[in-house]
Amino acid sequence: MRTIIKYVLFDLLRNKTIIVYALILAAITISVSGMGDNASKGLLSLLNITLLFVPIISILFSTIYFFNSVEFTELLLAQPIRRKTMLLAQYAGIAIALSIAYLAGVGIPVCILYYTAATITLLVSGLFLTLIFSALALLIFVLFKDKTKGIGAAIITALFFTLLFDGLLLSFIYSFSDYPVDKPLLGLISLNPVDLARVLVLLQLDVAVMMGYSGALFKKFMGSATGSIYTVICMLCWTVIPLIIAARVFKKKDI
Amino acid sequence: MIEITQLTKTFRKFKALDDISLHFERGQTISLLGPNGSGKTTLIKSILGLVIPGKGTIKINGAVIKDQWDYRSQIGYMPQIGRYPENMTIGQVIKMLKEIRKDCKRYDEELIEGFNIPAVQHKTMRSLSGGTRQKVSACLAFLFSPEIFILDEPTAGLDPVASELLKDKIIKERANGKLILITSHVLSDLDDITSHIVYLQEGKLLLYKTVEELKKVTGQEKLNKIIAAIMQKNHPKECLHYENNY
Repeated sequence: MRTIIKYVLFDLLRNKTIIVYALILAAITISVSGMGDNASKGLLSLLNITLLFVPIISILFSTIYFFNSVEFTELLLAQPIRRKTMLLAQYAGIAIALSIAYLAGVGIPVCILYYTAATITLLVSGLFLTLIFSALALLIFVLFKDKTKGIGAAIITALFFTLLFDGLLLSFIYSFSDYPVDKPLLGLISLNPVDLARVLVLLQLDVAVMMGYSGALFKKFMGSATGSIYTVICMLCWTVIPLIIAARVFKKKDI
Repeated sequence: MIEITQLTKTFRKFKALDDISLHFERGQTISLLGPNGSGKTTLIKSILGLVIPGKGTIKINGAVIKDQWDYRSQIGYMPQIGRYPENMTIGQVIKMLKEIRKDCKRYDEELIEGFNIPAVQHKTMRSLSGGTRQKVSACLAFLFSPEIFILDEPTAGLDPVASELLKDKIIKERANGKLILITSHVLSDLDDITSHIVYLQEGKLLLYKTVEELKKVTGQEKLNKIIAAIMQKNHPKECLHYENNY
């Protein structure tokens, strides 16, 4: 397993897309932090950028990479290796490579510019988003046989979680505004990893109440500590469950 | 060595393999022939455990391969299309496979030398031509001196020199008592190396015979003539009812 991870990393860290991804993140981070002198505001803009970019890049890049390496996967599976080992090693390789790119692009500049507890949570949520969306990419890869369909599914998944979900949530709140929807809403937010990432950072900043319904709710019901622990647990589930399903499906897949 | 009984595989409604039973032994070179889509690659992939058959069993050295993985250490596989991680060099790919196969300590590097791979080992896989990639695939299949070779279109895309080298290697390995399975559409390439012919059509086994028998039945010397004669249905009945005495 370690061998495969090592060589996938070898390959990916020299991949142009990964390098460009890291450079663009770095450019955005530096330019955003140069704009204002308020650390909290800077972090908020960075949070929004993370929430927008990381999911879609992670899921798209991973899906394309998995589909492109089908033939190599086939060759490796003709070796005495368990299917599960092979699949998880590939996932680990790609997740590590994307995480390194994120840390290099956002992590290093942001830690130099303003280093607070909220910075760390921003990085943690960014890394979680990377892990979650590459796990979802893996799931898409094992479920679809066709590359084009797979990429389509990846785009839809990313758009669903970054844009569509919030719209649905708003219409839910609007239609049930006469009822106490606060608690069901908390449950619904756990269904979207992007919202979870947002909440995790907002709980650390003092602007939670300003930044929309979900943040205020979490703060009100759980307080910072319990809220953070709850979101982290939810995000862990979001990483592990797709991986388990993917490994199960892959066991019976024809390659 | 490989025993296949009543193997059936369906993709949705399409029957890729239909009730195939075959028995292969050491020292045989088996050519899997048949038109496109006749199930050759599916049969190969079933033996490798890449395709999971719906019905039937495959035994290798007496052990059923279902849900097993370590039996693959006895198989060297050369895929039809060799695509490798773009940014890895040839040297890295070979080293990676060696690290994965820690169980194997002695390497058969005859083809690596023969194809002069060390001279180009710093090139990245992205920059290679189809033929060179095919050479790398061939090297990897022979590297761990397995008992069974499965070669899917091995000579497609190779230049004549490399192709001859590979054929010589196949003949040599067969003489060492290895079992070799080949699919190819270039019948002239199979002429001197084949001992048995398996002919598939629409997932069904049409015939499994030694080349000598087929030569006798059809009265032809060359493999492409033999196959043409069979396909024209001049002799199919005769061929099919001939006693299977491999």
